[in-house]
Amino acid sequence: MGEPQLCDISVSGRQGINFPQPDVPLASFPEGFIRDDLPMPELSELDVIRHYTRLSQLNYSIDTGYYPLGSCTMKYNPKINEDTARYPGFAFTHPLQPIETVQGNLALMYTLQEWLKEIGGFAGITLQPAAGAHGELTGVLIIRAYHRSRSDTKRDKILIPDSAHGTNPATSAMSGLRVVEIKSDSRGNVDLDALRLECDDTLAGMMLTNPNTLGLFDEHVEEVIRLVHAAGGLVYGDGANLNALLGIIRPGDVGFDAMHFNLHKTFSTPHGGGGPGSGPVGVAAHLVDFLPAPVIGIIEEGDQEMPPLYGFITPAKSIGRMKSFHGHFGMLVRAYTYISMHGGQGMREIAEHAVLNANYLLALIKGTYHLPYNRVCMHEFVVEGQWPDAPEVHALDISKRLMDYKFHPPTNYFPLIVHEALMIEPTESESKETLDAFAETLIKIADEAHHEPELLKEAPHITPVGRLDEVKAAKELVLCCGVATLDK
Amino acid sequence: MFIPHTDADRAAMLRAVGIEKLDDLFKDVPARYRFPTLNLPTALSEMEVSRELQDISLANESVHDLVCFLGAGVYNHYIPAAIDAIIRRGEFLTAYTPYQPELSQGTLQAIFEYQSNVAALTGMEVCNASHYDGATAVAEAVNMAYANFRRKRTKIILSPAVHPQYRQTVRTYAEGSPVVLVGDDPQIDLKADPDSLIPLIDIDTALVVVQYPDFYGRIYDYTKLAEATHAMGALLAISVNPIALGLLKAPGYMNADIVTGEGQPLGIPLSYGGPYLGLFATRKEYVRKMAGRLTGETVDNRGQRAYVLTLTAREQHIRREKATSNICTNQGLMALASTVYLSLLGKNGLRQVAELCFHKAHYAAQAITNLPGYSIWSPAPFFNEFVIQTPTPVSEINDLLLDHDILGGYDLSQDYPDLSRHMLIAVTEMNTREEIDRLVEVLSEVSNG
Repeated sequence: MGEPQLCDISVSGRQGINFPQPDVPLASFPEGFIRDDLPMPELSELDVIRHYTRLSQLNYSIDTGYYPLGSCTMKYNPKINEDTARYPGFAFTHPLQPIETVQGNLALMYTLQEWLKEIGGFAGITLQPAAGAHGELTGVLIIRAYHRSRSDTKRDKILIPDSAHGTNPATSAMSGLRVVEIKSDSRGNVDLDALRLECDDTLAGMMLTNPNTLGLFDEHVEEVIRLVHAAGGLVYGDGANLNALLGIIRPGDVGFDAMHFNLHKTFSTPHGGGGPGSGPVGVAAHLVDFLPAPVIGIIEEGDQEMPPLYGFITPAKSIGRMKSFHGHFGMLVRAYTYISMHGGQGMREIAEHAVLNANYLLALIKGTYHLPYNRVCMHEFVVEGQWPDAPEVHALDISKRLMDYKFHPPTNYFPLIVHEALMIEPTESESKETLDAFAETLIKIADEAHHEPELLKEAPHITPVGRLDEVKAAKELVLCCGVATLDK
Repeated sequence: MFIPHTDADRAAMLRAVGIEKLDDLFKDVPARYRFPTLNLPTALSEMEVSRELQDISLANESVHDLVCFLGAGVYNHYIPAAIDAIIRRGEFLTAYTPYQPELSQGTLQAIFEYQSNVAALTGMEVCNASHYDGATAVAEAVNMAYANFRRKRTKIILSPAVHPQYRQTVRTYAEGSPVVLVGDDPQIDLKADPDSLIPLIDIDTALVVVQYPDFYGRIYDYTKLAEATHAMGALLAISVNPIALGLLKAPGYMNADIVTGEGQPLGIPLSYGGPYLGLFATRKEYVRKMAGRLTGETVDNRGQRAYVLTLTAREQHIRREKATSNICTNQGLMALASTVYLSLLGKNGLRQVAELCFHKAHYAAQAITNLPGYSIWSPAPFFNEFVIQTPTPVSEINDLLLDHDILGGYDLSQDYPDLSRHMLIAVTEMNTREEIDRLVEVLSEVSNG
């Protein structure tokens, strides 16, 4: 049986940590404000440690196994990052301290801005966005503000390829823009004819993921950007797949006007079971004035004796603030650590090996799994998880069967334009042996699909729980333990 | 460094792919931009990088070096050692969002317990798996309320006593939508109580937003405001400090429709502003309007209790441009930290911390108001933070305090021009009586001229 819930193991009167007695006279509580109920669990420290340690053991993670989740860049998260982010000088500084007392933090943020500019080919950076989707919102609001600043108010349309991640259309809608989907051509590129039809004077811009979610570098990227620019629109780059491009090409050089970086993908900060992420945005020179406030700048130049004084600067036409304070600083320290350990050549080696690993894995399995777009891929690729002679087996079944072989499945059913999609991203940190073992397993599962399909349909067999009743979860909506005690 | 390939591996892999060299993988990339030289510093070893980062961190003065009386939405509380022991475990730290429930029961059950704890603490019925921080949680409340009335109600009333940065964030988020934000006009009487917002509420109002304790530390019972809000069919959102709820009446009991908050005080380090934790709870009737991930209990095909992300049809990966929010990655690990915190402290420990904050803050307030030239700004009750009117500009006082290794309170004139010479002082369980006495002593040097 599974791990009990906190409320099941709570015993009235237990406490996992104690605090000192008050060393000041007691004040009287204001009348009518004091709560008499506080339905919190009551556990010893050992109860808590065992409970969460056991829960952790029910998880799959990069530290315990291969995690080839497409578009998620599940690379190794170096342990030194966790140490540096916890240095007391970083972890115990308050975001509203006088700048003179946090010059280390500000210098680190300033330098990281400079590095991300260099890596992405941009003129300005904001470190404020909390995640990729938050970076998208920042970038699209900047594009909107740019057009408005030129009194070009009729531009309300944003173009999004049909292979895009769902956050792109959701972001555009949140920014008050009208979404028009652009189909992909037979080689997985943006369909140029479809694009031309939409390039008119209502065009605010386009959100483009390159390499796209098929793992393909758009063969016409320069033409796509030229067409959007010629119509007066701007191009936003979704940097989710930047791991393929480090030191290979700088998005700003090709003409992307803005792009977010996912520090939790490309720059090795941990995914944490769903966050925190960090989504800095880079912009070209004509958008620097619109960046969220504040950005980190030098407010007094240094000299031989004195380092410069770093501080906050509000860009002239700033879109405002995207969140409180200065971004996910702890994640910035981790990314800074990671970039420091690589340098320029190391950046390129990351991309080269991420792309080599993907193409190697693809070469091993493409005789067994159908590849809808047969091209050299970048850091990831998408195959079909179904065979005409085994139609009852679906991508989902293959994924669940992989768990029996102690692998995390690839991303399923995305992108939407590939039938029964299995999207596989190996990352550069995996060895040839791991890729060989994974390919061998995929080939074995393909064989099972044809000869013993029930092994797939009933999988997984060895995980802590089997397939779940998702309908029951949505219908009964049990979202808290001990709900009854919460009713007033 | 983190690439395991040997020369032999590379050669074998290139052969299998059918190419000669790594450069051949990048033929689709336009040649004129291909392979730029990146001007970055030379790569460092782990030993060197750890030393360099140590040096950078030592250029800061942390709250270990300074006595901290600075709050304004972020507080220096004690963080039990057990929290880091749990959240540093690779099984939690290096897992992805739990989209494959058979391999993610640890994360899913932890989110379920987080939802349970936050719902209980706030007195609400449902809670999502988190937003980015206290500011964006309020912005998402605005989104939700606007969508709730099918975009027909466009007025949002923001109390001027909501954190200035939260209000700025809401304004940025609202830029692309027709919602109009009112209530925090600079001309408004800042001392007025929240019932002064009531005349602004009308049938075009979607949401009223207040904070508890408010930005100035004051506590009010919002029951009457909730009544007036509901009378016009609108929703009430209350942004909370969760530690205060260890002592104070829960906002659910004041009939709030949405409770948001900054979860940082629940065992999350100051870390110069993030990552923190955006709390978001509501009533069951609005659960389908709420953004963000949600974990539900169910059973598996072996009859065991198990957990899964549920109501996913609300979210961007399914609804795309029709979703009310684009949120995807949230603050999973920080939500776990707060859950471990609440589990360790439990009912009695949380109350203990809240009471320590309350008593120490009141001791400090009393001692400071006894000094000539200082007075407390508002007669309203407060929790652990309060506004002091100072005899000289706050920036000058703070410079003096810093000379004595004390991090003074927040200078309110930064956000409220009418509040020059007003300092917002925060006191937590971390401040000893001796530290408070030292603060008072340095302040007295100013009052004596």
